[in-house]
Amino acid sequence: MRAADVAGREMWQGIASVLLFLCLWQVGSGWAESRLFPGPLTVFQSLMQEALHGPLIDHLGITLIRVSISFIIAMAIGSVLGIALGRLPWLDRWLSPWLVILLNVPALVVIILTYVWLGLVEMALLVAVAVNKVPNVAVTLREGARALERDYAEVAQIYRFGPWRTLREVIIPQLAPYLLAAARNGLALIWKIVLVVELLGRSDGVGFQLQSYFQLFDVPRVMAYAAAFVLCVLVIEVVLFAPLERWAGRWRR
Amino acid sequence: MTMRVSIKRKGNQAQGGAPARVLFENLSFELADGEVCAIVGPSGVGKSSLLQIVAGLDRDFEGVITDLPQPVGYLFQSPRLLPWRTARQNLELVLPEQPGTAGEWLAQVGLAGAEDVYPQRLSLGMARRVALARALAVQPKLLLLDEPFSSLDEETSRDMQNLVATHVKKLRPTTLFVTHHWHEAAALAQRVITLDGSPARIVDDQPIRQAKAAE
Repeated sequence: MRAADVAGREMWQGIASVLLFLCLWQVGSGWAESRLFPGPLTVFQSLMQEALHGPLIDHLGITLIRVSISFIIAMAIGSVLGIALGRLPWLDRWLSPWLVILLNVPALVVIILTYVWLGLVEMALLVAVAVNKVPNVAVTLREGARALERDYAEVAQIYRFGPWRTLREVIIPQLAPYLLAAARNGLALIWKIVLVVELLGRSDGVGFQLQSYFQLFDVPRVMAYAAAFVLCVLVIEVVLFAPLERWAGRWRR
Repeated sequence: MTMRVSIKRKGNQAQGGAPARVLFENLSFELADGEVCAIVGPSGVGKSSLLQIVAGLDRDFEGVITDLPQPVGYLFQSPRLLPWRTARQNLELVLPEQPGTAGEWLAQVGLAGAEDVYPQRLSLGMARRVALARALAVQPKLLLLDEPFSSLDEETSRDMQNLVATHVKKLRPTTLFVTHHWHEAAALAQRVITLDGSPARIVDDQPIRQAKAAE
C-alpha cells in the first residue's frame, strides 16, 4: 500500500471520529435540554455571531500575538539553556535542581506572583509564561544535546566546517526532533497558560472573554471561544508542524 | 617534508567495564611525503586510536606530531555520512568553493546516478565509496583510512581496493591506513608497520618489495 493511501485512510478515520463525536454531542444536548449544555449547532451559531458581529476576532488576534511572542521567547531561552546544560555537565549540576523546582511550581502561583511583583502589565504576562515554559523546553533540548553524535562532530572537525556550518549542518539537524517536540508541547502549554494569565489580569484576549461569559453563565459563547482556539491549534498543526516534521524526517528510511 | 609522529605516552581511561590502561608508550615513526604506509596488528591494539591522534581528533596524549600535511582526508571505519544530506550534498559540504565537482567525484567512485540518494538508503559498500569520494575530494595531502575494506563482500572489497589504489597513485597523498589483513597491506602499501603488545609498540617496520615489484 502506498504511503499516500495510508495517510489518506488515517486522515479519514480522524475526521470520522470527530463527526461521530459531534453527532453524539448533538444527541446528548437534545436529550439534556439544558442551556448549560448546548449542542454543537448552537455553539456554531454563537461562534459565527461572535466572529461576524462580535469581538471574537479581535480577542483571538490579541491572544494569538501573546502566544506567538511568549512562544518565541520561551523556545529561544529554553533551547539555548537546554543545549548549554546538555553540553556543560558543571552547569547542569548547578541548575538541574532549579529545573525540577520550576517544572513543579504550579503555573497559577507563578502567574499570581509575577502580577504582584510586576503589576498587571503585558510584561508580567510574558514573564509568567516564560517562567512556566522555559524549563520544559530546556529539559527536552538537554536530552537532545546529550544525544549529539561525536562521530559527526569529528567529521566537521576533519573537514574544517567551522562553527557556523557545524551548527547548521551537524548540530541543528540532530536537534530537530527535540526542537519539534518542544515546540509542539510548548504551544499546547503556552495556550493554556496565556488564557489563565489573561483571565487573571488582562482586560482583553480569549481568557478575559471566557471569564466574562462565565460570569454571565453564557455557556454557548464559552464553548464558541474554546472552539475558535481549537481551530487555530488545528490550523497551526496542519500548516506548520506536520509539514515541518515531514521535512525534518525526509531522509529517514 | 617528513611527518613525524612521536607519542611519549597515551593512556586510556576506564570505560564501559574496560580497565584504564596505557595504550602507547614511546611510540614514534616518520612518514615521507607521498609514502603509503599500512598499520597492522591484532584487534584492540590501538590502530584506530593512533589514526585519531594523527588526525588531531584526540589530543589527550603526551608527545608531538610535527609537519602534519594538510588538508586531511579521513575515511572512518563507519562511513559517517551526514544522514540528513544526500550523497551529493555530503560531498558539497567539504567542497564549499567548488560544489559543482561533487557529481564528478561520485562518478569517479562509480556512483553516478546515486547523487540524490540519502545515506540510509545506500548499502555499506556504496556509503563507503561516498565517504572515500569525500576524503579524496578535498585533495588531501594526508589520507587516513581506517579499515576501509572491512565488512564488505569480496567483490566490493576488491573494487574498493582498486579505487583507493588508483586515486592514491593519482593524488599522491601521504597515506596511513589501518587494516587487519596482510594481503590488503601488501596490495596497497609501500611499507607496513606492525603494532603489538600492551602498551602497543612497533614490533616490525619494513618496506614491501613485492608491492613495488607488482606495479
